[in-house]
Amino acid sequence: MVPLWMYLFVAAALFCIGAYGVFARRNAVAILMGIELMLNAVNINLVAFWRYQTPFVMSGQVFAAFVFVVAAAEAAVGLAIIISIYRNRRSVIVEDVDLLKW
Amino acid sequence: MENYPQLVPLIILIPALGAIINMLVGARLTERWSSLIATTASALSFVIAILLYSYLHASGYQAAIVNPPVLQDWILIESLNINIPWQLRVDTLSVTMMLVITGVGTLIHIYSAGYMHGDPRFSRFFVYLNLFLAFMLILVAGNNFLVLFVGWEGVGLCSWFLIGFWFDKSRGIGWKNANAARKAMIANRVGDFGMLIGIFLTFWTFSTLDFYRPGEIANPHAGEHGAAVEHVEAATVEGETAGEHGDEHGDEHAAGPVYTDNEHIPTEQLGVFGQAERMLALPEGDPGRTVALGPFRADIVAVLGLITFFFLIGVTGKSAQIPLFVWLPDAMAGPTPASALIHAATMVTAGVYLMVRSNVFYAAADLTSLLVTIIGVATALVAGFVALGQWDIKRVLAYSTVSQLGFMVAAVGIGAYGAAMFHLVTHAFFKALLFLGSGSVIHGVEHGHHETHHAAHGDGHAGEADEFDPQDMRNMGGLASRMPVTYITYLIGTLALAGIWPFAGFWSKDEILGDSWVAGLVNNELGGFIALAGLLLAAAFTAFYMWRQVELVFHGRPRTEAAAHAPESSLSMLIPLIVLAVFSVIGGFINLPGNAAIPTLGLDAVLGVHQFGSFLEHSVVNIHAADLQPLIAIVALGLAIGAILMARSIYGLNRGVTADRRDVLEANASFSRMWRLANARLYWDETYRRLFEQPFNRTSQFLADTLDWAFWHDYVHDTIIAKGFRAIGTLLSQPVDLGLIDGVVNGIGRLMRWASGGLREIQTGYVRTYAVSVLLGVVVVLIILLLPYIQRALASGN
Amino acid sequence: MQLPSLSELNLGLTVPALSLALWACILLVIDLFIPRDRKSVTAWLAAGGVVFAFIANLLVYRDPGVAFMGLFVADEFAGFLNIVVLLTAFIAILMSVDYLKRTGIERGEYYVLLLMTTSGIMFMNSANDLAVVFIALELLSIPLYVLAAFRAPEERSEEAGLKYFILGAFASAFFVFGAALIYGATGSSSLPVIVDAVGRALAGEGSSLLLLLMGSGLILAGLGFKVAVVPFHMWTPDVYEGAPTPVTAFMSVGAKVGGFAALLRILLVALPALTVAEGDAVAGWQTATWVVAALTLILGNIVAISQTNIKRLLAYSSIAHAGYVLMAVAAAGTPGVSDQATRAALIYLMAYMFTNLGAFAVAMAIEKDDGSGTSLDDFKGLGRSRPLLAAIMAVFMLSLTGIPLTAGFVGKWVVFQATIEAGLYTLAVIGVLTSVISAFYYVRVIVNMFLEDGEGDPAAAATPYVQWAIYLTFAGTLVLGIIPSLVTNLSGPVALAVASLVP
Repeated sequence: MVPLWMYLFVAAALFCIGAYGVFARRNAVAILMGIELMLNAVNINLVAFWRYQTPFVMSGQVFAAFVFVVAAAEAAVGLAIIISIYRNRRSVIVEDVDLLKW
Repeated sequence: MENYPQLVPLIILIPALGAIINMLVGARLTERWSSLIATTASALSFVIAILLYSYLHASGYQAAIVNPPVLQDWILIESLNINIPWQLRVDTLSVTMMLVITGVGTLIHIYSAGYMHGDPRFSRFFVYLNLFLAFMLILVAGNNFLVLFVGWEGVGLCSWFLIGFWFDKSRGIGWKNANAARKAMIANRVGDFGMLIGIFLTFWTFSTLDFYRPGEIANPHAGEHGAAVEHVEAATVEGETAGEHGDEHGDEHAAGPVYTDNEHIPTEQLGVFGQAERMLALPEGDPGRTVALGPFRADIVAVLGLITFFFLIGVTGKSAQIPLFVWLPDAMAGPTPASALIHAATMVTAGVYLMVRSNVFYAAADLTSLLVTIIGVATALVAGFVALGQWDIKRVLAYSTVSQLGFMVAAVGIGAYGAAMFHLVTHAFFKALLFLGSGSVIHGVEHGHHETHHAAHGDGHAGEADEFDPQDMRNMGGLASRMPVTYITYLIGTLALAGIWPFAGFWSKDEILGDSWVAGLVNNELGGFIALAGLLLAAAFTAFYMWRQVELVFHGRPRTEAAAHAPESSLSMLIPLIVLAVFSVIGGFINLPGNAAIPTLGLDAVLGVHQFGSFLEHSVVNIHAADLQPLIAIVALGLAIGAILMARSIYGLNRGVTADRRDVLEANASFSRMWRLANARLYWDETYRRLFEQPFNRTSQFLADTLDWAFWHDYVHDTIIAKGFRAIGTLLSQPVDLGLIDGVVNGIGRLMRWASGGLREIQTGYVRTYAVSVLLGVVVVLIILLLPYIQRALASGN
Repeated sequence: MQLPSLSELNLGLTVPALSLALWACILLVIDLFIPRDRKSVTAWLAAGGVVFAFIANLLVYRDPGVAFMGLFVADEFAGFLNIVVLLTAFIAILMSVDYLKRTGIERGEYYVLLLMTTSGIMFMNSANDLAVVFIALELLSIPLYVLAAFRAPEERSEEAGLKYFILGAFASAFFVFGAALIYGATGSSSLPVIVDAVGRALAGEGSSLLLLLMGSGLILAGLGFKVAVVPFHMWTPDVYEGAPTPVTAFMSVGAKVGGFAALLRILLVALPALTVAEGDAVAGWQTATWVVAALTLILGNIVAISQTNIKRLLAYSSIAHAGYVLMAVAAAGTPGVSDQATRAALIYLMAYMFTNLGAFAVAMAIEKDDGSGTSLDDFKGLGRSRPLLAAIMAVFMLSLTGIPLTAGFVGKWVVFQATIEAGLYTLAVIGVLTSVISAFYYVRVIVNMFLEDGEGDPAAAATPYVQWAIYLTFAGTLVLGIIPSLVTNLSGPVALAVASLVP
């Protein structure tokens, strides 16, 4: 059986890739994708912990289910805002959105 | 039912709430709603008072102390060991007052709805009435002198509002009203000064202001000689945190033994009265009796004499006694319902309440008690005499009130606290009735005047017509047929006030007379003699001036067109009259005497005797239950009837007012001097003006012109202070300020601005920068959390 | 596995929070039938829901219990914060009615979203399980993202929404990653269970302690973002400036209350063993919160000085105030002081709620329909044109500074007291010094209003509803300031409840 730490390693890597996406991408949609990646890393963590540590209690799985439900809701709201901005400014580059500063 | 005392904060809050509602939105409400809100508030208070009474009745007259929420640590200075909680007290004395205040108050609210109809400040009037109720209830419900004082000041304020209510009337009348209000305020201020000193002295002596502490029983001997009550009494503690304030003994009551006295409570945990009783019980010369007041040491009796004396000053202000009574007759400038409620039935009796509440003090202070008696009797006589010569219908009643208050005060002086309270209650009924009746008369005459004025006269008479005084009894006469309900109720009030059997006044007044008989002729006390002689004469005066008033107002022929056309008042004004009239008839039966010589219509079998006395006994320690003396009763009744007959023969059959608008007595050469003296109010106000006002004005003038302006301002201020200040300022500002302080302050300011401006630049507006910042934060937090762990791991690895 | 029966769920305790969420759903449907020009009806319906929840909360408040098999706890702590949140929501609705109308964004969804986020905060106050905290956090956040962008297509509002969304989701990911790590380390997501597992992890060696520490750090960061403390604060000024003013007002209080509620509960109930590094014990969250609080106080107060926009100024001021509450959180880490410190945090939040909402309400009254008029210069001469409004604003500013006889003073007083009690003297000194610095910018508003010449804005937007909001908060500010025993008594049992949770 694959040891637990490998799952955790993958999850951590995925989380970092997602975070890097948030920092590196200028496109708001890509940033959103980065955030989704981070949430999925969490899911991998949760399910792995559940499987290896408390396989008889459902809470890890349920937690994971909640996380992707919430991720979906966030994505919906996020896309709506991005589309609204796109309509207005014809751009989804986050650097263009900098009226508010200082 | 045992939780009913918890309602007592509401009895204050509801009228206060009514006042607030009317204050905020009253101007936008119709008269109907405005008066409805105020009257409902008052009526709800009355209902609560009844509930409180039922609690007392059910619990064997146990007193209850209630700590309202929020204010339980009202004044708490632990380092100085000062703790004055905002506590309320439900006992027989306070509930008696509450019932009178809210009961009469509610009727007067109803009456006011009719009387004040059409006034531009209709809702404002009800604000004041409700506010007054709230303060008056604070006064009687408080469990310590300071809460009482809050109420005491509050009612004074409301009284001031209401006396000056018509401050904006035209042509000088407004000025007169405002001046009357000011006069009341100033006279009361003098009294309050005494009151405050009394309170300070009390605190100094006993280190507390509480009347009684939770768990303490006011009168352990209650019920021993009273026939009615056989319960074993135990005081209860109400409110969540009552135990905190009093003692640990309060809590024991819940489960522990039921105490029937206070022996188990240490002296320092008793209220003022309990402490005073303990000290008085010690033998003469015992060190425990000595009170240390700063450098002075005095026996407790002497200290109580001082305290009671200063309280007496307060009483003379609030209850309109000599020498401060001059404000009350002028207070009639206010609207009649306010006069009835405040200046007849309730507020002015606050002084009597205070003295009855402090009966332990007064009973110990013989000298002050004698002074109290003298003041009471003198006031009763002087005011009774002055009332003989007044033309203004309300002024007669005002002096009559002063005179009756004198009766009560004198009763306190001879130690008849129960009789004083009894007279207070019955007086509240019939005096409120008389005032409301007079209001009804004034109202009627005014309307009659308007009617005839508009019907009969043209514009040319406007000037003359406006000088018409609807309160002048010379303008009345023959109203009995025009205003039958008002007439009959007024007649009942008059007979009650005159002390005619079996109306309420007979029982209460004759109890006072009976008690003074016992004090004077049985116990051989000087105060008793004075009271007996003086009060008998005053009682005769009472009957005389009241009947004179009835003759002038209601009998005979109408002397003016206005009186001839006066209409009867509206129903909302008549109903309170009728209710009060009923109480003026039956009010005396609450305290029937135990003496077969006085016919009691068989009521003593039903109601028992001395009911009121044994009721009060649970809160008033030194209650006397002297029986009515048949001889005195007959003499007093004879005097009253004789005075009425005399008044009838003098003023009856339309003879009262001569053609030149003079009193028949004034026209008579042998009485004219005396009558003029009464009419001029014994020159009392003039004497005051000569003695106090003018010297005061001259002194203040001197102080203002010479001392303040010439010396203080010109010399001290300009020369010494200003120049010195400028010199020091120059010294400081030159080197110190300009260089050092300025530099530091400005430097810090500049530094902050610079830092602020720099840090501000971080905020670039780019969302990804912000995300990096979040990441940085995560890293920082993680490092802080993990560093010791890593260190330890490395250490253990080595 | 046996399913719990309905009575075991103890639904009665959840009525305040649940009713609000349900009412929001129903209102969404009702709103369809309310004509466009009568949208204030929706506002009143929403306000009614808030009032109902408030009353229900008062009933539940004194009667603590656990619902949903331990996931949801209704204690005095939650009850007190619910009062704060529901008052916030009510005042925000009062502020919104006319604002929405005059800015032309009067849509019923607004109130629905407001109720949703309010119920999210209430769930957050009561959450007793990391999963519930996470869901409540999202229920709190997602409607707020939309509300921040509610003035779309106005560019600033959209931008605020986007920024808030991206950063919020980013921070949520950190939070939930931390929750997952703690779940992994302890085998449970339930806070009372975690506390036992932490004890075991501390006793033994192994990787679980590492996971635990990383997890708590990430949770701290995630919640730190919600309450806007440095360095997770950078979204705050931008979002506060761009969002519609009533939303800003609500956000500045509501989100913080929810965040601090979860933070306090997680730290005190689940992780008390990780408080301080003593001897060979690991470093605890007290040091972390300490440092973050200090950073927040310094940066928040200093940057506020150079702000020229009132909404931005209040944003930095709200960051600074979060720092004061975090001071109390840090103090709660010292064993024996946690009761007092928790109570201090709650009192501070309530005081801050009244004052800050009031300040925003006044700022909104000055604001013009197009969103301009929020500069500090617009306050010039207000003392002459609207003396009452200016005087009330001055009181709010003094309260934010922490002058005695105002609510702000009481809050600061109890927080400093707790901090000193906890032995964090340096932090207390920083707190006092920064509140002196804060006087710079608060007093500037007062000076602008009374001493500077200006035409004096007519403040036409001070309509009756807004005025009521201002009076309400003004009364709260003064009453709390003059009779602090009112709230200290209220939160007496609160501290007790926390004490019973703290082992």
